[in-house]
Amino acid sequence: MAKTFAVIIVLIAIASAIPIVMHTWPLPQDISTHGHLIDEQFADTMAEAGISFLASQILLAFFIWKFSSPKPGEKIKTFPGGSMGLVIAAFLLVGTEVLALGVFGAKAWGAVYLTRPAADAIPVQVQAGQFAFYFRYPGPDGRFGPIHPDQISEANANFFGLDTTHDQDSKDDIVAAEFAIPVNREIHLLMHSKDVGHSFYVPELRVQQDFVPGLDLSLHFTATKIGKYEIVCTQLCGLGHYNMKAYLEVKSQEDYDAWIKQQAALQ
Amino acid sequence: MHDMSTHAVPHGAPTSFIRKHVFSLDHKVIGKQYYALALVAAVVGMFLSWLMRLHLGWGNLAIPGLHLLSSSGAPGDVMTPEYYLQLMTMHGTIMVFFVLTTAPFAAFGNFFLPIQTGAEDMPFPHFNMMSFWVTFVAFVVMVAGFFVGDGPSLGGWTQYAPLSAIGAAGGPGEGMGVVLWATSIGIFCIGQLLGSLNFITTTLDMRCKGMSLMRLPLTAWAWFITSIMGLTAFAVLMPACILLILDHVAGTSFFVASNLVIGDHVLPHSGGSTLLWQHLFWFFGHPEVYIAIVPGMGIVSHVLVTNMRRPMLSHRVLIYSMGALAVLSYMVYGHHMFVSGMNPVSAIAFSFPTLVITIPSTIIVLIWLGSLYGAKLRINSASLFALGFVSMFISGGVSGFFLAQPSLDIMLHATYFVVGHFHLVMGVAAMFGIFAGTYFWFPKMTGRMMNETLGKAHFILSFIGTYCIFMPFHYLGMAGNVRRYQAFTDDYLIPLIPVHRFITVAALVTGFAQLIFVYNLIYSRFKGPMAPNDNPWEGTSLEWSTATPPPHNNFGDKMPVVYHDPYQYSVEGASSDYVMQTSQEKLTNPHEEK
Repeated sequence: MAKTFAVIIVLIAIASAIPIVMHTWPLPQDISTHGHLIDEQFADTMAEAGISFLASQILLAFFIWKFSSPKPGEKIKTFPGGSMGLVIAAFLLVGTEVLALGVFGAKAWGAVYLTRPAADAIPVQVQAGQFAFYFRYPGPDGRFGPIHPDQISEANANFFGLDTTHDQDSKDDIVAAEFAIPVNREIHLLMHSKDVGHSFYVPELRVQQDFVPGLDLSLHFTATKIGKYEIVCTQLCGLGHYNMKAYLEVKSQEDYDAWIKQQAALQ
Repeated sequence: MHDMSTHAVPHGAPTSFIRKHVFSLDHKVIGKQYYALALVAAVVGMFLSWLMRLHLGWGNLAIPGLHLLSSSGAPGDVMTPEYYLQLMTMHGTIMVFFVLTTAPFAAFGNFFLPIQTGAEDMPFPHFNMMSFWVTFVAFVVMVAGFFVGDGPSLGGWTQYAPLSAIGAAGGPGEGMGVVLWATSIGIFCIGQLLGSLNFITTTLDMRCKGMSLMRLPLTAWAWFITSIMGLTAFAVLMPACILLILDHVAGTSFFVASNLVIGDHVLPHSGGSTLLWQHLFWFFGHPEVYIAIVPGMGIVSHVLVTNMRRPMLSHRVLIYSMGALAVLSYMVYGHHMFVSGMNPVSAIAFSFPTLVITIPSTIIVLIWLGSLYGAKLRINSASLFALGFVSMFISGGVSGFFLAQPSLDIMLHATYFVVGHFHLVMGVAAMFGIFAGTYFWFPKMTGRMMNETLGKAHFILSFIGTYCIFMPFHYLGMAGNVRRYQAFTDDYLIPLIPVHRFITVAALVTGFAQLIFVYNLIYSRFKGPMAPNDNPWEGTSLEWSTATPPPHNNFGDKMPVVYHDPYQYSVEGASSDYVMQTSQEKLTNPHEEK
């Protein structure tokens, strides 16, 4: 039984590693300027976690195999170096390992979250609500008009509660259900929730951020590949959570300009 | 340290059926009551997971009879999206609170902590009785959610505000369902606080003559450390639940910000904080992970030592490491909130303690592995589950390397990677600890033996099965598969559905394997062979030096006196390969921690 169990542990450990080594389910492609930092950090962590996992499981299996059928009269043996050796090993090996992960990981995090958007980044506001995202572009004046919660109306398609009669800044705002952006231009995304918690997750963009009702947050990023990508909600927001999505359309500058013009005409 | 041998029995042996089996003051009966409650809760929780898995694999599958559970939640026996979320919420809540907290800590701890410390009972038997019965009431209130109004809450076991705080406007179950949820958990906290108080006092004040703190077995230490965490963590969750209830019934706005709009109407709340709930919840929630797993570490260590026929490489280092986990558990909770909108600098501040907590975790694993080296390992159902625990804890632990880092959390947060991680490290590992404890202590608790063949079959199926379920979760998460979705309608998720089907089949098979355990447990309780003696595993701690099952005051007429550290196995020059703590045999070369 012990030997069977030891073999099962080894087989499971190897079988678990195969899809990782073979990239059976790889990370989604990266279409952002900052994503390589996350991906490199991911690969480093996978190497360290993978080695720790395989080494520990195989050692566990080996010890079960070897020490489960002692000969009569055999004495117990003590691990060379005893507990202090293992404690020192844990501090030195794992301590160094996690410190390195922490320091390098903080750099990747900082590149995304602790930098400011460039002055010429394109501002876009995204509003999340049960169960849809809407996007607002400031129009030629470069300014967003204020949100009036009491004027939000799904029925009248006034998703942001804009008062275009009285608010000058709102008059040229462009509202869309899709998120079109030009390639290789930095976007400054201003995040607003109208009701409950939601999240903005685009795996390819290496971006995930919760919407916090009552607290407007912002993100900035640059997409590098033209294409259509899904934006999904990752914060449980109610019965339609699974179906709350929109599309990010990364376009060439010309296509983006044409799209903005077309959307402005539709307002 | 007190010498309890001269103390009177705290309460006399009961004579009526009610005081003996229902409203009992005896910690052993209370421990069994907790175990029975956890068993019922585990069966309910597992059943809910089957329903969820079937729905995830085959979305429009009619599950025969499901409409009987809820006609609106499953019209035509097909689960609605909201009912999926309601079952998911109940699965998580029941498993975390009523199984993982209740069984390894409250059930085994109640039964064995006083015995292992050499006490006649806990110091506050009435509080102890109350702790179980309020937990029972909490369970009834929680399950009542299924049968009230539009069903239980759909907000997940974390109940993030403001969805959980805005009442029926949030969706089905978010009105009365949440009130019942918060009431149940609030009551549950009272039970845990009373229990923790008893555990701490028992450990510090009720030890028998000769039982210094370092002579306590690793189980007793694990329960002691857990009870300190319980006292401080549940004391935070309870007021959070009270505030949540007030947001529902008193028109307050603790967790609801101003100007929220639902259905084109502005909600009549203002001034609350969305993130306040998350901070309060996770200040409890992360220690809760260790409340679930540390007792398992204690049980596994205790079972392993007995079956390795040697003490751990270091008793003291294991205790200190479990203590370090407890202290650090309060400093790491923010890793659940990296992308929540809290200050990104605090994400880095929470990241480092989270990475550092891998050090005591690694030390614990290395001590287990190092102790296996050169041991004389006995293989039985209990030791297999203990070794299985070690394997699961390693697997669940290494994925923590990823989730400790905010930069990787950007990719992995709220995906199945997280689900795989916490199920392995907290769920399955803790369950394996419960199984190890059950197979090990069953003879002491009931006087009968469990069937070893069925136990080993249960183990092998559970071990392979849980890996088949939870390892693929990690792959799904890496591919961006979001959790808490009742169906996978996103373009990039559709190709992953076959993996979900594989997981569902594995979950059903593994689930049925648990029925082998339930059968073995119930059959052996009534028809199992009698335990051959009071110490069938040749253990050394105090539970093995008393009768089987132990008498009302645990040790009969003569209170124990302890002469040795807890694990005197394979001591050179001793008369046998184990020397019990109560043995007066003089050892020339004992395993001493002092």
